[in-house]
Amino acid sequence: MDWIDAEVEAPLTLRVNGVPHSVRIDTRTTLLDALRERFGLTGTKKGCDHGQCGACTVLVNGRRINSCLSLAMMHADDEITTIEGVGAPGALHPLQTAFIDADGFQCGYCTSGQICSALGMLEEVAAGWPSHVSGDLMPAPPLDLGEICERMSGNLCRCAAYPRIVAAIQSYAASREGEGA
Amino acid sequence: MIAFDYLRAADRDQALSAAQSRDGARFIAGGTNLLDLMKLQVEAPRRLVDIGALDLRQIERTDEGGLRIGALVSNADLAAHPLVRARYPVLSRAILAGASAQLRNKATTAGNLLQRTRCYFFYDPAVPCNKRTPGSGCSAIGGFNRIMAVLGTSEQCIASHPSDMAVAMRVLDARVETVLPSGERRALSLDELYRLPGDTPQIETHLQPGELITAVLLPSPPTGRQTYRKVRDRASYAFALVSVAGIVSMEQDRISGAALAFGGVGTMPWRDRAAEDLLVGQQPSRALFDQAADTVLAAAIGHGENDFKIPLLRRTLAAVLGKLTETVA
Ligand SMILES: Cc1cc2nc3c(=O)[nH]c(=O)nc-3n(C[C@H](O)[C@H](O)[C@H](O)COP(=O)(O)OP(=O)(O)OC[C@H]3O[C@@H](n4cnc5c(N)ncnc54)[C@H](O)[C@@H]3O)c2cc1C
Ligand code: SF4
Ligand code: FES
Ligand code: FES
Repeated sequence: MDWIDAEVEAPLTLRVNGVPHSVRIDTRTTLLDALRERFGLTGTKKGCDHGQCGACTVLVNGRRINSCLSLAMMHADDEITTIEGVGAPGALHPLQTAFIDADGFQCGYCTSGQICSALGMLEEVAAGWPSHVSGDLMPAPPLDLGEICERMSGNLCRCAAYPRIVAAIQSYAASREGEGA
Repeated sequence: MIAFDYLRAADRDQALSAAQSRDGARFIAGGTNLLDLMKLQVEAPRRLVDIGALDLRQIERTDEGGLRIGALVSNADLAAHPLVRARYPVLSRAILAGASAQLRNKATTAGNLLQRTRCYFFYDPAVPCNKRTPGSGCSAIGGFNRIMAVLGTSEQCIASHPSDMAVAMRVLDARVETVLPSGERRALSLDELYRLPGDTPQIETHLQPGELITAVLLPSPPTGRQTYRKVRDRASYAFALVSVAGIVSMEQDRISGAALAFGGVGTMPWRDRAAEDLLVGQQPSRALFDQAADTVLAAAIGHGENDFKIPLLRRTLAAVLGKLTETVA
């Protein structure tokens, strides 16, 4: 690789939801702005733009991150999943359905971040990662109310739909367990 | 954000030479602190060398029985690593007490150590701040200073070091392994890495320009019980007002070894060997814990709004020592 000069739009290809998107962008462009402004993937939201709210949460190689605190250029080798890749109208992901069934939102602004975050969170639990509230660091943590709240604390909801967000996640997690997933 | 040249380095040699080849270059790892500050133009590097593709993501055992943690290991991976959970639980606990899961997935070991203060005035380019604009004055002294430090402060700056992870690293006697642009390597304790603000609060570490952190080395696991206690305004996703990392071993009913480090209260992750020495050989009691607190706090200076940190540290320390010695505090 070589230097990309400031204020020069340089070519970049990002794989988002399995599809390569090629653009020319300024080095300053965050992953969030590239998704929204350049690829038209406006499902991912900008709340604070400073890592404080979680509205911009996307999955990068299966891991949840804040897309506002990352440069688009840092992700040329990554597989990015946004809410548009999680499910689509008519073909909703079961977690999206669970949000509807549980009424897990009011305005909906935080919802795509909540859903991407919850998907990442469930993988972390499946991998046996402990959290701040886990009593013991070693055994696989339970997915109880306290664990869900702590693990989802990086996603704020200004409508305070928290109880129903947690209910949606719980019901989806229970159905997944039922399927042995 | 001020425009910058960008290079994603393929390997360590390219990262080191790139940082030398153009003036004002800075490394970027997870970006969760640097980009945050660049958006506000608190930081305005003209060149960024992205080190994200470097092969520094391993956690390996060392010949000495410790661990070598690559500089780019994410905070999430480090906290979840089986050896860290089993042998250095204070480190897992400190990391898990900080930031959010999304941030911990992105944040790196070296970036966490080098994150900058959360002082509100440092973040606000419209007001004086000696750390951001040397010589402009300090808006926290005599102003809002609830989150500021009470230990290691100077008349130029009273900003607290915000990292939780670094407090655990400090109590564990971690060393930072670096490589200089010349290719020369060195290892620094955290005491040698960080600087007190003094008259130059803008200079926070003893790293040289272009010096790359490659790993953090942990010695073999300490004996005794380990814990991390963080006190904050919210139960999650908030920086520490006060935190205490402790490792204590007991023989019969006496303390045989003690290591203590403190977060939220110091201008760098704080440690006080005199307080540790005072505990060793003694029977745990509230009076003893108070004596240890007296020692840690002997030079503490409150600035008004943050005065509460002094008694809060005393009580948090007593709670931690009570737990680690299995006595009621
Ligand atoms: C909303 C929010 C809440 C947070 N809460 C907490 C909290 O409660 N507790 C806590 O401890 N932290 C907290 N953090 C801070 C977070 O832990 C740091 O942002 C993160 O650890 C920085 O790591 P990074 O890899 O993203 O660093 P970067 O932003 O990439 O880099 C930070 C600095 O380190 C330098 N650097 C990085 N890697 C190297 C290297 N290998 N060699 C030399 N220099 C290097 C960079 O040049 C830069 O100056 C929070 C952050 C946010 C945004
Ligand atoms: S405490 Fe330090 S960082 Fe905060 S305003 Fe004063 S000089 Fe700046
Ligand atoms: S927009 Fe990214 S965390 Fe708020
Ligand atoms: S539903 Fe409105 S912010 Fe969460």
